[in-house]
Amino acid sequence: MPAVQETVERVRRIDVDQYRYGFETLIESDKAPKGLSEDTVRFISAKKNEPAWMLEWRLEAFRRWLTMTEPTWARVDYPKIDYQDIYYYAAPKPKKTLSSIDEIDPEILKTYEKLGIPLREVAILEGVEPPPGGAPSANRKIAVDAVFDSVSVATTFQKELKAAGVIFMPISEAIREHPELVQKYLGSVVPTSDNYFATLNSAVFSDGSFVYVPEGVRCPMELSTYFRINERNTGQFERTLIIADKGSYVSYLEGCTAPQRDENQLHAAVVELVALDDAEIKYSTVQNWYPGNSEGKGGIYNFVTKRGDCRGRNSKISWTQVETGSAITWKYPSCILRGDNSSGEFYSIAISNGFQQVDSGTKMIHLGKNTSSRIISKGIAAGKSQNTYRGLVSAHRKATGARNYTACDSLLIGDKCGAHTVPYVEAKNSSATFEHEATTSKISEDVLFYCIQRGLSQEEAVGLVVNGFVKDVLQQLPMEFAVEAQKLISISLEGSVG
Amino acid sequence: MNVVVAKTGTGRALGDAFAVARDRLPGKGAISDLRRQAFEAYERMGLPHRRIEDWKYTDLRALMREVLPLAPQPDATALDRAAGTAKAQAIEGVRRLVLVDGVFAPDLSDLAGLQKGLTIRPLRDVLEAGDALSGQAFTADSSNPMIALNAALATDGVVIEVANGTVLTQPLQIVHIASAAAPGAIVTRSLLRLGRDAVATLVESYLAADGATAYQAHDALVVAIGDDARLDHVRLVEDATGAFNISSATVSLGAHAHFNTFGMTTGAHVSRYQLTVAFAGEGSKVETNGVNLINGKQHADTTLLLDHAVPHCDSREIFRAVVDDRAHSVFQGRIIVRPHAQKTDAKMMTRALLLSDEAEADNKPELEIFADDVTCGHGATTGALDENLLFYMRARGLPEKEAQALLIQAFVGEAIETIASDTLREVAIAAARRWLEARA
Amino acid sequence: MSLLEVKDLKVRVDEREILHGLSLSVNPGEVHAIMGPNGSGKSTLSHVIAGKPGYEVTGGQILFRGEDLLEMDPNERAAKGVFLAFQYPVEIPGVTTWNFLHAALNAQRKARGEDEISSPAFLKKVREVAKSLNIPQDMLKRGVNVGFSGGEKKRNEILQMALFEPAVCILDEMDSGLDIDALRIAADGVNALRSPDRAMVVITHYQRLLNYIVPDVVHVMSKGRVVKSGGKELALELEESGYAQFEDAA
Repeated sequence: MPAVQETVERVRRIDVDQYRYGFETLIESDKAPKGLSEDTVRFISAKKNEPAWMLEWRLEAFRRWLTMTEPTWARVDYPKIDYQDIYYYAAPKPKKTLSSIDEIDPEILKTYEKLGIPLREVAILEGVEPPPGGAPSANRKIAVDAVFDSVSVATTFQKELKAAGVIFMPISEAIREHPELVQKYLGSVVPTSDNYFATLNSAVFSDGSFVYVPEGVRCPMELSTYFRINERNTGQFERTLIIADKGSYVSYLEGCTAPQRDENQLHAAVVELVALDDAEIKYSTVQNWYPGNSEGKGGIYNFVTKRGDCRGRNSKISWTQVETGSAITWKYPSCILRGDNSSGEFYSIAISNGFQQVDSGTKMIHLGKNTSSRIISKGIAAGKSQNTYRGLVSAHRKATGARNYTACDSLLIGDKCGAHTVPYVEAKNSSATFEHEATTSKISEDVLFYCIQRGLSQEEAVGLVVNGFVKDVLQQLPMEFAVEAQKLISISLEGSVG
Repeated sequence: MNVVVAKTGTGRALGDAFAVARDRLPGKGAISDLRRQAFEAYERMGLPHRRIEDWKYTDLRALMREVLPLAPQPDATALDRAAGTAKAQAIEGVRRLVLVDGVFAPDLSDLAGLQKGLTIRPLRDVLEAGDALSGQAFTADSSNPMIALNAALATDGVVIEVANGTVLTQPLQIVHIASAAAPGAIVTRSLLRLGRDAVATLVESYLAADGATAYQAHDALVVAIGDDARLDHVRLVEDATGAFNISSATVSLGAHAHFNTFGMTTGAHVSRYQLTVAFAGEGSKVETNGVNLINGKQHADTTLLLDHAVPHCDSREIFRAVVDDRAHSVFQGRIIVRPHAQKTDAKMMTRALLLSDEAEADNKPELEIFADDVTCGHGATTGALDENLLFYMRARGLPEKEAQALLIQAFVGEAIETIASDTLREVAIAAARRWLEARA
Repeated sequence: MSLLEVKDLKVRVDEREILHGLSLSVNPGEVHAIMGPNGSGKSTLSHVIAGKPGYEVTGGQILFRGEDLLEMDPNERAAKGVFLAFQYPVEIPGVTTWNFLHAALNAQRKARGEDEISSPAFLKKVREVAKSLNIPQDMLKRGVNVGFSGGEKKRNEILQMALFEPAVCILDEMDSGLDIDALRIAADGVNALRSPDRAMVVITHYQRLLNYIVPDVVHVMSKGRVVKSGGKELALELEESGYAQFEDAA
């Protein structure tokens, strides 16, 4: 991307090169020609053996996208993206059709191993078959779908999920195997015309995860997807669709990493969640895309549309995110509280360091009666980063009894960064009760000194204080992720004090 | 951004109006050039609409549609009507400066026996004389279309100077009275300069004489508060219920200065008040508080910008909106803390009370912070009157409306109590009470 | 004619019936105690008599001096002389106790067609009552119940009772949250207000309170009905044997 030259000019040396995941894996890959046209869209659709209706859907989105302009309202500043300078499809070259994890390219497996992703871990692999003796394991099992560049490479625990009736597979497969579900729900939460990046995604998405939890089923394990951008100059456009049918429950985790590169890479994902009557979806993200180096060079442009539709009565959608990566984050996981008594939650930790720019938050749109929402946002800005919380809470005329509580706290580390809070609180009916509070402060020097006097290093002390600051949100994450997130937070802030 | 250039029918009509009005507009040479540039700036932007972020909730294209031609010079009858209004709404013990339909009315104003160190002149005279001050009156930000329009079309106003060290013993009041029966635009601009160590109190009132209804008031107040000076400011919008009041105040503070301002809107069909406060010297302190009490189909927008550009300044905002019927209240409050503005202490609290199912309140408090050693925060709440409190009060014998009135008074009281002057606080309380009584 | 007459009262909250046909008759000068376990409907009864929204009366009547109380707004009931001392008095920030008491007293007088009380007369009256209840003056300057301790809140309720001179006082769990000293002060305040024209209905879970406010009649409530009535000795009997014996009777 031509962003390179611009970013190079902003160079200023600070010591924050701590990205652990910045290695590249050398594997052969199958790429679409660079650039975007109807042919690219047809190429992707053909690669995926898609039915005609899917191609039509993509083309319609593509034509719509041509008429749209890139949004500029967010507090992020980046050189213009050349959409013709990106590969829209890259897949590890398949040796043959895979029937088990062992047949996956060992190079890819090595990558996931380096990332610490439990794909290859003994316990997990054993889990392909039911655990011996059926004794409940102390560690909860996690089914993983791994997406490498644009393609899903492995999904674990298929057998056990199938027994429960849960469908968890790459969306490319779901389009072929469960067209009735995909056609019914795809684009029903984020329409193809929703916004510039979502429309782009609708045209060119290549893979992602699909989950359907049938009526009354509590998904027996955490579902997880790991996204990895590996190829150079590749955009990753994954699409996730999760449907929780009546009375069901599912917890889904998502993790993302990318190699260290000088140029910027585009990531424009769409996630759609649908919760029917009495269903609950818990969606957790640990986003650790490459943030660029200490000079602000490289890094992922992360323009993501995530939205949940509480379509049924008493349904619940909860978003938890730990955002530490990406050069630019533009992301507002939202809840449409359509069903009566439905509820939405948004728990967020957004950490920015170096030259990162984050503009993230949520929208809680109250439409049904007696709906409630809760927003807890913790922003931490360090280095020369800019960190913005942007959030909307609205109650429509008929959303009687709507309730919201919002708390946004920002912490500044150093005097070269910025922390911003932009809430929109809109009430169109008198029975709505909204409460919003926000604070911005720096790490207390007294507290730091106290910790240091007790023997902690400066960085340990900062880590301690920050982890205390974000505790309310960390508690929302599943245990395994909470530990990982906590480490990640400390790593992200290394070199931020001096 | 989707800016429609104002070459619409409306824009052209206004362009013609500007051409026609130019003869009436005071100021030649440089001032005349400034006006033309301001008008061109306005024409480029046109009437603000909802796609412009700052005007998201107050879409003047939809609400106001067009800027009316300037109201005519007030004739003897208009002045008579205005005199009646001024007298009926007089506040005891203040020095009154009256603008009728955008023109300074010396006969209705109290210019006798000015305290030493205080000078008051009509803006028209200052502009015509080409005084050094006239340029300063026009330095206000012209990136805002409505402030640019005001610079282009302002017909008159008052220029008040308080010399270094002068402590005014009597509050000043600028009374804006709309008097013409035919709808027109009333465009005024006033300038207040407080010298070092000066102390003053300024009240601004917007009133309508009998018969004035669908007029458009556009005022711009430009205030410079010197080092160690203090200004207490109260602004009461009691315009006619069919009127528009789209006004602004731009305030800059020197070092160790203190600005306490309170605004209350009970009148006007559509109103917007944009207050920009710029801290230019260290150790200063600002309290900006306000109340909207609105009903029917009123639309009232208060938009604040607190710009902390220097270290060691404090700002506090308390805002209360009471919204009945189908009225719409908007509060936007942005606190900017620029790099190096360390030790800033800024807090904003806005609360809206919705009294009817069709009432609407939009709150957008905003923090934009570029310095780390700061304490900043804001809060916003929206809700109805607490049913438990109402029941308790009714169980003690209070009729529902009376119980509501007591709770509403308490609710707005937190903002009103911040007015420093006893007299002016009573004036505000009385205006709130009038609103509540009209409601019962 | 009795002062307060509850006849076969049936009340629902959110589709669920709480009172299933409760009857009660109270004469001037009498002190009635209503005792019962948690969830028996005691507080519902007090709320319905005072007219709290959210309760649906599906059957029966409440007569006050022969007038249909259920037809009246809560404030009309207050003006007629019905006083509810709340279990949890609310805090009203920004409305001073002085201001509130004055406004409420005048609203009641106005509703009864009486002259408003002048400020000096009002001040004098409140001061006297406050003094007798050991309520410091500065408490009256603060927002209603704002920052008051549990005991202070209850004393503020009794202050209002004394000031408004109601015909019937319903004391809803007056003892909750009070230590023994605070309870004694509150009970003394209530006893001072006993008179041949005034009736009291004391709602309580514990017999303890009735050692201080001695009732003429004791009713036992269970599952939304009065299951037994008797003299003050009934309360002592309950203290001995508990509520379980009545659960079946309901």
